[in-house]
Amino acid sequence: MAKVVNRMHPDFATQSYVIEVFKGVALTTRQFARNLFARKDVVTVQYPDDRRPYTPRFRGKHRLMLRDDKSVRCVACMLCATACPANCITIVAQEIDDPTIEKAPSRFEIDLLKCIYCGFCEEACPCDAIRLDSGVHSIPSFTRRDQKAGVINLMSLGSASIASQGGEHRAHSHEGTAHGQSSGH
Amino acid sequence: MHLVDNVLLNIVLMTLIKFAGFVLAFVMGVATVLTWAERKYSALLQNRIGPNRANIGSIRAGGLLHMLADPIKMLTKEDFAPNTPNPVLFRIAPLLAFVPALVVFAVIPFGPGEGFQISNTSLGILFIFAISSLNVYGSVIGAWASNNKWSLIGGLRISAQMISYEVAIGLSLCGIFMIYGSLDLQDIAARQGELIWGFLPAWGVVLQPVAFILYLTCAIAENKRAPFDVGEAEAELTAGWWTEYSAMGFAVFALSEFIEIILIGCVGTTLFLGGWTIPGLHGDAWWIVVLEIGAFLFKTLFLVWLQMTIRWTLPRFRYDQIMRLGWRIMLPIALLNLVVTGIVLTFIERA
Repeated sequence: MAKVVNRMHPDFATQSYVIEVFKGVALTTRQFARNLFARKDVVTVQYPDDRRPYTPRFRGKHRLMLRDDKSVRCVACMLCATACPANCITIVAQEIDDPTIEKAPSRFEIDLLKCIYCGFCEEACPCDAIRLDSGVHSIPSFTRRDQKAGVINLMSLGSASIASQGGEHRAHSHEGTAHGQSSGH
Repeated sequence: MHLVDNVLLNIVLMTLIKFAGFVLAFVMGVATVLTWAERKYSALLQNRIGPNRANIGSIRAGGLLHMLADPIKMLTKEDFAPNTPNPVLFRIAPLLAFVPALVVFAVIPFGPGEGFQISNTSLGILFIFAISSLNVYGSVIGAWASNNKWSLIGGLRISAQMISYEVAIGLSLCGIFMIYGSLDLQDIAARQGELIWGFLPAWGVVLQPVAFILYLTCAIAENKRAPFDVGEAEAELTAGWWTEYSAMGFAVFALSEFIEIILIGCVGTTLFLGGWTIPGLHGDAWWIVVLEIGAFLFKTLFLVWLQMTIRWTLPRFRYDQIMRLGWRIMLPIALLNLVVTGIVLTFIERA
């Protein structure tokens, strides 16, 4: 359907631009005076001093969730590493003593420089083991090496999950609460 | 022989004192403050805060220390030079823009009498036109020597723009010369101290309102600041003609732009806002002279403020619009203004 565009046909006084310029100058001057005496309109956030809160759905640095005995929930199933479009997750599996848990990661490393924070790993995870809800944003470092977050690092942000999971003494744990927002699993 | 030496020495000494007093203290001082004021002012009228981080300990002084921090930064940064066949031209281009902007102040009457004018020449305004039109060389040579396409396009644009508006600005001021019958700036300023019909000051803006608007518009275009900054046009040309300049080269270009703002203010004050005169106040008493110098500086700062506000109010014109405005609107209006002024002057003389 054709859209009718209403073209403006300003009169000569407007088109001559002279009066309009001074109107504009008056407007900006008024705004200047308002901001000079009371900074109600100023929208600047003085970043390092003040920070705007993130939205609850903000995807920040990853964290690995914990079982009730503080061991890692991850069972090294590789679903997250497979789902990852950036190939930033490196998992090396190992067997552990608990006969009801098949595997656990001996190495779980995320290259934060490669990660695109899409959250696919979080969605792929069957165990609610990895989440991006830590709210931690932009961690600068002096070397690339420091941008590879290992399992200890990722677990340090972790907390208990309310999702149930297999394991000998560890099933039916419902009292733990999430650190941040519930991921909806 | 001894006498001649003494006279010469006196002239040199007086010139140096006047230079230090007016150009170094006032012009360079205001230009330095403008580097801070422009950023802070534009921030406040755009609902931002502006620079406020430079500090000595816990003293921030509302960002005033940025005036100090900027030169330190500019002097210690890498002075990058592109791979250009004209490295010498690249280096002297900032000076070609800077020197004419400063030299022009030699003929500005900062106060009543020869004592407040560095060089009292009867060709004052022609000198200003002659020297300030050299300004285009700094930008264009800098753009050419940058060996960069953005710079070249920007340089082409400003050379066409500055030369076009030179015509209109010259014609717009002719009415002033016809009315006051002089090219001497001191003369023109003094004549504006008279009153018309006993209450209206005989300022240029009262007698030649059209010329004032033409002058202001063309002068801003000459200084290639928004809304006429197509040569820089950061949205299309990165930074246009000064893309390749960094460190002090950039700083000198930027400073000469601020100096030109003050120059436009000074010339506009002298020709249109009555110069150093205060309506209804005449005399040789020292306090009147001080007041008159103060009036000149105040009027200049008013025009500086007006230019800055216009720069931060209006969006940039398109390049073809600028050329059309210059040749098809500004030039005919300036000519028409000249004709009308001539007719009215003839009638007044006959009457």
